[in-house]
Amino acid sequence: MPPTATSTTTAGSLAFEGTSMVFPDGTEALRDISFTVDRGEFVTIVGPSGCGKSTLLKIASGLLEPTAGRVHADRDHLGYVFQDATLLDWRTVRGNVELLAELHGVEAAERRRLAGEAIDLVGLDGFEDHYPRSLSGGMKMRCSLARSLTLKPPVFLFDEPFGAVDEITREHLNDETQRLFRTEDFAGLFITHSISEAVFLSTRVLVMSARPGRIVAEFDIDFDYPRVPELRFEPAFAELCGQVSVELRGSHS
Amino acid sequence: MSGPATRSTPRTIRGLAERIIPPIVLGSGFLGIWYLISYGLLEPRRRFLLRPPHDVLQVGFLEWDNLSDILNALWSSTKVAMIGLAIAITIGFVLAILMSQAKVVERAVFPFMVTLQAIPILAIVPLIAFWFGTGQTSRVVVCVIISLFPIIVNTLFGLQSADRGLHDLFTLHHANRLTRMRKLMFPGALPAVFAGLRISAGLSVIGAIVGDFFFGKGEAGIGQLLRRYANQLQGEELLAAVIMSSALGVAVFLFFGWLQERAIGRWHETTTGVG
Repeated sequence: MPPTATSTTTAGSLAFEGTSMVFPDGTEALRDISFTVDRGEFVTIVGPSGCGKSTLLKIASGLLEPTAGRVHADRDHLGYVFQDATLLDWRTVRGNVELLAELHGVEAAERRRLAGEAIDLVGLDGFEDHYPRSLSGGMKMRCSLARSLTLKPPVFLFDEPFGAVDEITREHLNDETQRLFRTEDFAGLFITHSISEAVFLSTRVLVMSARPGRIVAEFDIDFDYPRVPELRFEPAFAELCGQVSVELRGSHS
Repeated sequence: MSGPATRSTPRTIRGLAERIIPPIVLGSGFLGIWYLISYGLLEPRRRFLLRPPHDVLQVGFLEWDNLSDILNALWSSTKVAMIGLAIAITIGFVLAILMSQAKVVERAVFPFMVTLQAIPILAIVPLIAFWFGTGQTSRVVVCVIISLFPIIVNTLFGLQSADRGLHDLFTLHHANRLTRMRKLMFPGALPAVFAGLRISAGLSVIGAIVGDFFFGKGEAGIGQLLRRYANQLQGEELLAAVIMSSALGVAVFLFFGWLQERAIGRWHETTTGVG
């Protein structure tokens, strides 16, 4: 492997160093990605469909090995929310939220306590004994969030988690994600193709080009937390969205 | 989205009537045609070919000697079917689990399963008699062969149906094969497993009767009894035995439907078909 550590970044909670990914069929998904996410940062990647955003998260989590470059990640108690809620249909909300602690060998009483806390955090209290089939799409996503929260993840990966829910639910979930980010203080890496979602949530927005995915622009988002829903209608917010949009379109052609 | 509470709403009287009146009407029509054939079409001396319903009821179900013969034979065949089914479930689960763990096992076993499934059961009855004699063992073997395939196919399909993302989740948190099987693949396979079980349970009853029809040694079951009634032109008893055989099939089907509802009804949208 050629030495690819071009940046001098000291490893944050999550750091990509010259990461590239070429699939066995020759598809070049990612080219020379370098950036870090520290604890207390919430970085969002926006990019067109099929630009390798999800591949980036799979590499971050260790599900995929990059073909070049390196990734440093605190993977011990990784939080990872997928595009779908990926719940176990045969377990109640509580059973689902307890799953990861169970896989990590946490004893029953502690597991239950952690699950209870996480369920309260995402506002699913009262639904502990419901099965997934009786939950709405947004509630399933909350359950999925709670499941990862039980691990107190230092690094939290979000793979377009709110793409399938309606606009109003999405805004609620954005508010809650932002609140969780403030209280739980993780390093967040969020993938989306919604520009306003990206700007609303993040401390930093990275724009990714079409395949092969490269980082083509970077925006620091300086709005103070907690951010209120009305922020979405302020001129400064709209202007930032516009700038991101321009970069996104530029990367497309 | 409707919660689980709305599922068990008591049916209205009207709904109940709508459900039971059509089969009653059809059943009455069926009995009417039966009477018509017995009394209208058949001359008295040929009436033994189809005795009227009340004779079947009288001779086959109300004369205790006959009924106890039928019930004993039925019980004997039920035992054979249950033993055969239990063996088929055991073999089927083990094979399906092995196949789900290693693609090479699936590739190796599957063609032979399909071949076995394709053999008409009557074609191998002589072979089974040749190898295992004509006693209880052969009866059970027929049941196993006839009911194995749906269990394997459905269980394997179920085990492979677990969501890709859930597999990733288990990988991320370092779950070993056993944990993955116990907490993800097996519970996820249950709906398909039950679908297979209901098919196989019905087949095992058929297998027990077919096997019994051809194998004379050991405890005689309903197949032997059917053959005897047919040979001795005991029309009423023959029809009663046929009705009881199908009742056994229905009972087994309903039992597994009930079991399925008990086991996975809370979380799975069951389509039980009956009930």
